Amino acid sequence: MEASPEYAVQMHGILKTFGQFTALDHVDLDVRKQTIHAILGENGAGKTTLMNVLYGLYQADEGDIFMGGQKVSITSPTDAIGMGIGMVHQHFMLVENFTVTENIILGDEVCGSAGILDMGRARQKVMELVDEYGFDVDPDAKIQDITVGMQQRVEILKALYRGAEVLILDEPTAVLTPQEIDKLIEIMHDLIAKGKTIIIITHKLKEIMQSADECSIIRRGVYMGTVDVKHSSETELASKMVGRNVNLTVEKTPAHPGETVLQIRDLTVKDERGIEQVRGLNLDIRSGEIVGIAGIDGNGQQELVDAITNIVRAESGTITINGEQIQNTSPRTTFVKKVATIPSDRHRWGLVLPFSVTENTVLERHADDEFGAGITLDYDTMREYTTQLIKDFDIRPSGCEDERMSGLSGGNQQKAIIARMVTSSPNLLIAFQPTRGLDVGAIEFVHKTLIAERDRGAAILLISFELDEVMDVSDTIAVIYHGQITGTFAQGTVDENQLGLLMAGGEMR
Amino acid sequence: MFDAKMTRRTFAATMGAGALAALVGCGGGGSDEGGAEADEGFVVRMVTDTGGVNDQSFNQLAWAGMQQLESDNGWDIDYYESKQDSDYATNLDKAVDDGSGIVWGIGYAMSDAVNEAAEANPDVLFGSIEGTNTSGAENLIAVQFKSQEPSFAVGYIAARMSESGKVGFVGGMTGETIAAFEYGYKAGIEYANAEQGTSVTCQAQYAESFGDAAKGKSIAQKMIKDGCDVLFHAAGGTGVGMLEACNDAGVWSIGVDADQAAVFPDYTTIIASALKRTDNVIVQVSNGLKDGSITGGDTIVMGAAEDAVGLADTHDNLPDDIYEATLEIFEKIKAGDIVVPGNEADFKEYVAAL
Amino acid sequence: MSKLEKFLRGRLAAAIAAVIIGFAISAVVLAAAGYSPVQAFAQLFRGVFGKPKYMANVFIKATPILLTGVSVAFAFKTGLFNIGAEGQYIVGTVLASIVGIKLHLPMPLQVPIVLAAGILGGAALGAFVGWLKAKFGIHEVITSIMCNWIAFYLCNYVVMSDTFHKPNSNSALPVSSSSYTMILGNWKKSAEGKAFLKGIPWLREIMLKTDLNYGFIIAVLVAIAISIVLTRTKLGYELRAVGFNRDAARFSGISVERNIVLSMLIAGAISGLAGALTITGISPHTITLLAAMESYGFNGMSVAFIAASSPLGCIPSSLLFASLIYGGMSVKAPTEIINIMIGIIVFFTALPGIMPVLANRLAKQRREREAAAAGKEA
Repeated sequence: MEASPEYAVQMHGILKTFGQFTALDHVDLDVRKQTIHAILGENGAGKTTLMNVLYGLYQADEGDIFMGGQKVSITSPTDAIGMGIGMVHQHFMLVENFTVTENIILGDEVCGSAGILDMGRARQKVMELVDEYGFDVDPDAKIQDITVGMQQRVEILKALYRGAEVLILDEPTAVLTPQEIDKLIEIMHDLIAKGKTIIIITHKLKEIMQSADECSIIRRGVYMGTVDVKHSSETELASKMVGRNVNLTVEKTPAHPGETVLQIRDLTVKDERGIEQVRGLNLDIRSGEIVGIAGIDGNGQQELVDAITNIVRAESGTITINGEQIQNTSPRTTFVKKVATIPSDRHRWGLVLPFSVTENTVLERHADDEFGAGITLDYDTMREYTTQLIKDFDIRPSGCEDERMSGLSGGNQQKAIIARMVTSSPNLLIAFQPTRGLDVGAIEFVHKTLIAERDRGAAILLISFELDEVMDVSDTIAVIYHGQITGTFAQGTVDENQLGLLMAGGEMR
Repeated sequence: MFDAKMTRRTFAATMGAGALAALVGCGGGGSDEGGAEADEGFVVRMVTDTGGVNDQSFNQLAWAGMQQLESDNGWDIDYYESKQDSDYATNLDKAVDDGSGIVWGIGYAMSDAVNEAAEANPDVLFGSIEGTNTSGAENLIAVQFKSQEPSFAVGYIAARMSESGKVGFVGGMTGETIAAFEYGYKAGIEYANAEQGTSVTCQAQYAESFGDAAKGKSIAQKMIKDGCDVLFHAAGGTGVGMLEACNDAGVWSIGVDADQAAVFPDYTTIIASALKRTDNVIVQVSNGLKDGSITGGDTIVMGAAEDAVGLADTHDNLPDDIYEATLEIFEKIKAGDIVVPGNEADFKEYVAAL
Repeated sequence: MSKLEKFLRGRLAAAIAAVIIGFAISAVVLAAAGYSPVQAFAQLFRGVFGKPKYMANVFIKATPILLTGVSVAFAFKTGLFNIGAEGQYIVGTVLASIVGIKLHLPMPLQVPIVLAAGILGGAALGAFVGWLKAKFGIHEVITSIMCNWIAFYLCNYVVMSDTFHKPNSNSALPVSSSSYTMILGNWKKSAEGKAFLKGIPWLREIMLKTDLNYGFIIAVLVAIAISIVLTRTKLGYELRAVGFNRDAARFSGISVERNIVLSMLIAGAISGLAGALTITGISPHTITLLAAMESYGFNGMSVAFIAASSPLGCIPSSLLFASLIYGGMSVKAPTEIINIMIGIIVFFTALPGIMPVLANRLAKQRREREAAAAGKEA
């Protein structure tokens, strides 16, 4: 396509390699002015890399960038900001104990003649912006005191304050409640009406259908084309993204719960700063049942899992597995009691990335005699065992036994963890954000595995920040708010809006 | 309980920067005519202790002496720098391999290594500065300094310069070596008292460390508070603290080993320094070994008579009459008219005889 | 991919290329300072290979830094930065000396006991640092630096103490001669040995003019053993897991605290052994008053980094480092220039990581050339 002033941003033939890995293979992107343009792709497909090239964080090996039909050279974020590009990262870059105004002006301070910060004028400018775009944000509130949705608006304001005409939003809905997502979509449409252009990176099909005008699809670093969203469907987008037809609904038979496996009573857990995050929580999970915990990040989910796995101490209360109390023992005890955990942050808790795949698959079990007598470690046996797991769980690339774990894609890393956890035939399987950052195909696999484990007779605790996932997979849905379970429902007896209200601390009428 | 025989590495480690010129300069006047026939290409090597060749102290002075041998006699000179104690033996070995006629080991710490090397290489002559010939090797000569002699001279200066009638001495570690400085210094004070009819007294205190400038400073401050108005040290890096305390309080100080007024130009109250002329020793003894006038097998002690010790050239803070008088006294020491005591017993005898 | 690119991507080749680049750049520096690089390198080379005894000395000088290098590399593989190798080495020399001076057992008993004393000393200091980290979360670099000074002054205290001080010297008493680990130490000084060696001049030089000892062999065995522990045992697996990802290790039931202490204990033991072997292997077979750190630990860090923290890689890298240090003394140039030369060579040798970058650049240039060529054809 020719460079033309009709387009806010055009990227043509972008090639970006990291060592021998080609992250972007001559990708094209043409974003019309005053549109919302979605970039869809599986995790690791290269969406974020493409945007980092546009924002000047990476330099492309080949290819050209045009803005309004003019060829531009962007070698740093400073260049990008100067050309009116703003980026809101998935993880906000805000100073927690600064006010909204202070965060917005950070790095671009309004100074008086003597170089002294003029907070009055800064606040004035921020207020003007807030009014212009109808953002519901208090400029004097501290970041730590406002909701995640508002923090995101602060990030957007920050970009607008710097004169952004093109806004890049990286996975903007990952941390929001359903209500907040609606509000965000509203804001995005307002911005378009005021002349801005928005690029949104996402792998959530529903949101693209709701908000975007056009959608460009990238698969494994290759540009797969751009579709007009109005004339497309979720299924079409999904198959274009994955390269095959996928089943978007979770299929399962009704649960047949048995004995209670996990029983939590009056559990209280503090976080590192000594603040109570779990406050007298009660929860029961029976064998053959998936209990899904719905809730917004930061309502005690992490501390709940940490207490069950004995990573942190429980202040009070009991955690019982099959009638035996395990609170305040050790991670090893938890494992011995046949509790397996798929951690939320697989890179931090689940894997030793510089280790080989083989070394990773035996993590809990390396000390077993099966993998070497006495002090020795028998790599041949370990490798055989791993080969079997790779086959059973379709971990790719096949034959990756001696590859470094860090070389595998996110989905395959997650498969490796699940393989490790499931082969121990756990009584309780905790799945904390098990599909975080995974693509549609891998999500399907994870959900099937959880259901298969349920059918085998395991108790499953599913904790997810994706409300759809909790609603689709769980047999019982419990809402966590402020460290307590505030409601429990059988699947199908509650809708998204009711749950959203509870998750935000509201009362059910 | 501590023996004071101590490597001078501490000196080098704590010396201030940049007085190479001053050090070499002070070696200028005292060269020895020697009478050695110039033997072009005769190989002489020196091995430094871990202070290194730019230690602003005796390694550097020794190298100045070597350079003089080169320019006077046309000898082939070079040095090996030791970084660790374990380098002494291997460096001496390499020095021998250069086809050396004479190999010098500089500093007390190398004494044992030089003795061993001398035994292993009977056909090479060895010299040890500040060492001891413990092996009795016939091809090794160890040289020590009569440090009491320059101390006597600066003791005289201290007594003449004091207005309060109280002077001080800061020692590094208790023991024979530093005692020589202390009693030489005290003897010089008594000499001045007898000559001038004064009654200057001396406080002496030991820091038990050669590297603790803070302690040197606090000892000096105490002495200054007690009324001492001239302080002398034989305490390496510890003494630098004393020089600083004196400078801060505007009290006269006296340096040691090198011309410290030149080494520390920021300290403006240094009136004199008691020197060890390692350069002269290297030149004289090398020439002597070469022509056979000096033979090995022993430990010799060299003093003013041999120009092995001396006074620093810098005397800007000193009234001319006192400087002249001091030079005269030093000439008397050279001539043997004054025999300076180097320990407590000799000192008592000396005072009784005054 | 061109041959040069492929070569640069190889690990060994990268190391060799790095050494060559290091020499080339130091040649420029030497020339700029007015010294002939050819002459300097020839002197360096002769200082290392000129005589058999020089080579023997390289092995002797490589011994302690091979061990401290392995100590640093081992700790690094387990996620810890053992800047305390220096202090552990010193404590090793101190304890080996104390035990060696006080005990007078027959050699087969004496040597292992003296070495064990040094190992214990280093291990205790290392374990202390590990314990502080595991228990209170104090960073090992801070505590290690402090422990280095504690070791330093402990050494000086022991040297000057009434019990161990050798009168009229700045060193402690030598250890009893049954502690010596020189190869054929007694025989070579005997009349019979001297007579035998007289016939073979090169051997005589090595035997009588150097302290050739068993240290290097022991150090190589330790390097191999540590390499096996790291890669072929459950302990090594746990240590590495903790090193790479403390959280994941804890999550999977491995005791992080225990492994941190254990890792520092082993690292300390290796450095302590280095100290003990210096006492038993090299004259004056005792500790002396220290005026400054002797850099055995810090040189060990260089050795470990040249070896990219591979314990086996420390063997060649310690020999390279020892050759540069020892051979460098034969270069007829001011020490500063020699040290800069050594520094540059070590700097580049420790950075074989830049070789693949060079390879990438070559690849990019080639692509551009090809693209340009293709453009012309079209």
